[in-house]
Amino acid sequence: MPPEEMTPLETDVLVIGAGGAGMYAALEAARAGSSVILADRSLIGRGGATVMAQMTVAAALGEQTPDNWEHHLADTLAAGRGLCDEKLAAILCEDGPRRIREMDGWKVGWAREDGHIKQVQAPGHDRPRCVYVDFLSTGPAVSKTLRTRLNDTNNIRRIGDLLITDITVRDGEAHGATALHVSSGRIVPIAAKAVVIATGGLTRLYRRNSASANMGGDGYALALRAGAELIDMEFVQFFPIGHLAPRLVGMDPIMWDPFRYKLGGKLLNAEMREFEADYATRDARSDGRYVLTRDLATYAISKEVEAGRGSPAGGAYLSFQHVPPEEIRRAFGPVVDRLAANGIDLARQPIEVAPIAHYHMGGIRVNETLESRIAGLFACGEAIGGANGANRLSGNAITETFVFGARAGHHAALRAMRRPMPSPDVAGPAIDFLRSAERRDVPNTAASIASLQALMSDNVGPFRTGDKLRIAIDRLAELQRDVGDRPLSSSSGGFDPVLIDWLDLRNMLLVAQAVALPALARTESRGAHQREDHPGLDDVWEVSQIVDMTDDRLNIRAAKEMAAA
Amino acid sequence: MKASLAIHRGQPDATSRVETFAIEFEHGQSVLDGLRMIRRDQDPSLAFRFSCINANACKECMMSIDGEVDYACTARLKEGTTTLAPLPKKALIRDLVTEIAPPDERLERSPRKR
Repeated sequence: MPPEEMTPLETDVLVIGAGGAGMYAALEAARAGSSVILADRSLIGRGGATVMAQMTVAAALGEQTPDNWEHHLADTLAAGRGLCDEKLAAILCEDGPRRIREMDGWKVGWAREDGHIKQVQAPGHDRPRCVYVDFLSTGPAVSKTLRTRLNDTNNIRRIGDLLITDITVRDGEAHGATALHVSSGRIVPIAAKAVVIATGGLTRLYRRNSASANMGGDGYALALRAGAELIDMEFVQFFPIGHLAPRLVGMDPIMWDPFRYKLGGKLLNAEMREFEADYATRDARSDGRYVLTRDLATYAISKEVEAGRGSPAGGAYLSFQHVPPEEIRRAFGPVVDRLAANGIDLARQPIEVAPIAHYHMGGIRVNETLESRIAGLFACGEAIGGANGANRLSGNAITETFVFGARAGHHAALRAMRRPMPSPDVAGPAIDFLRSAERRDVPNTAASIASLQALMSDNVGPFRTGDKLRIAIDRLAELQRDVGDRPLSSSSGGFDPVLIDWLDLRNMLLVAQAVALPALARTESRGAHQREDHPGLDDVWEVSQIVDMTDDRLNIRAAKEMAAA
Repeated sequence: MKASLAIHRGQPDATSRVETFAIEFEHGQSVLDGLRMIRRDQDPSLAFRFSCINANACKECMMSIDGEVDYACTARLKEGTTTLAPLPKKALIRDLVTEIAPPDERLERSPRKR
């Protein structure tokens, strides 16, 4: 039975995704006088990456030591390996302090020391610049603070369980969107004067990842189908020391970094020998304390495993056994007890770590008002590309959710003021598409997602070759044929997991291609994109690649003319 | 190791049934790991909520596990039978999925139009 359609909703600004960027966008659009619908496919402020963030937030506050946003910008550009959109990166760094202080005023609880906000050193920064909330609570505290603000703000309607399936575009302008209301199975057309995509990144494309299950690149697929461009899609950041073993539940897998930093945790191979120094000569940017940057640490661990010197679960050991137990207790606080509940005693045993998909540098191409090529279609947070170039500086992810979220919300509201409410009728094709869902037993959609993740991890991971990328592109096309072009459902009524998977696969398959194709074209190694068959930077490639879609085909081109070889 | 998950399934307007799935697991794996294995290997139509997978940050995977309300992502699989049911005091949507959103964050409870 086709899903039932309901009365259209109307709003000035539709914000898709209720992580940090989406919540900030909603707040700022409402502050500028717009009515807002804040839609999320799961619960408001619970899904996405922000709530998972345990780490630090970079901004040139100058609280710990004198600083200026231009120093932060210089570090951001250096980390981006020549590909940052300098205007976006400058907005990120210049606006960061204001938003960090705004969050402070909203009582997020940044850690303090001697009466000032404490700022710590993080890799790639030239001075202590990063704020945080103890212990490992930055993301939950940020999410809770923004949720509380939303509750206290009029004119923002929060709707969970609302999965946006397509942006409505007419005459090159965004007119709203079509959604599946997950828990009732109904189709919901939404008319909006402006739309903000804040759906986060694409780490769900990989088997092991550090973000939520709903980070399957929805926003990139929505943008492509709407006619917008994507940029820098080949740059997926892998976090080198994601937790691998023993099984650890109730904790974010990227939790080890601050402790390694505070306590000097040692990375060991199967021979219980430190190996980072073996690779350190490759790294001109090593800061001495953190021996290797993220991309090189990922490389070092992967190469040790390849050489047969990996830990039993296929990674490296991370050991704190040289640290006195009282010091471990002081650094980890109550986390020690959560580890004990998992049977882990750091004084007695090393844990195992391995690289894990963590963040996406690429995303929707936007101008300085965070608007895409499609008028009225804005984007913010991890969903946009450009600000971080080929490699994101640690600490910039939460800062960009605040800065770009607020800016996108503000400009979306300004645009909404100048337009009449669009007619919802133009959403017809997207509604017909959802209504065409059919019941079939094959393929098993959950198994197809697992296959896609394995394929991407094995062939489009941190280390790539032309051969592997071509295999990936061929097999993505095969998977696409298996999955078909009509939605699958398992039954009528609310919360059909097969239909949800199918809609996710539709997006994930498209986005996986949008990563693999520019990765194949880029015949060099830069930042998070490492080609084993093309080692080293190539100056002619100091250029971003743009992906867009015409007639269901992806097109790749350089953002500007390539320099002469 | 082998576990049996006896899962209460159904929708609001139909009689619920218990279906039992046998799975192989490794020490330390969570109930949520087991549910995801069942979907991947046996029955993709099994409905349950989760978002953060492992971090106990999203709080979406709450359900009744052997009669106690708990998170599927932090409860461990065990040998023998584990009984899973939807939250007892929340409206049932399907299988292990219930209405857990705060009332003012639901589509139905929102004012229909400005």
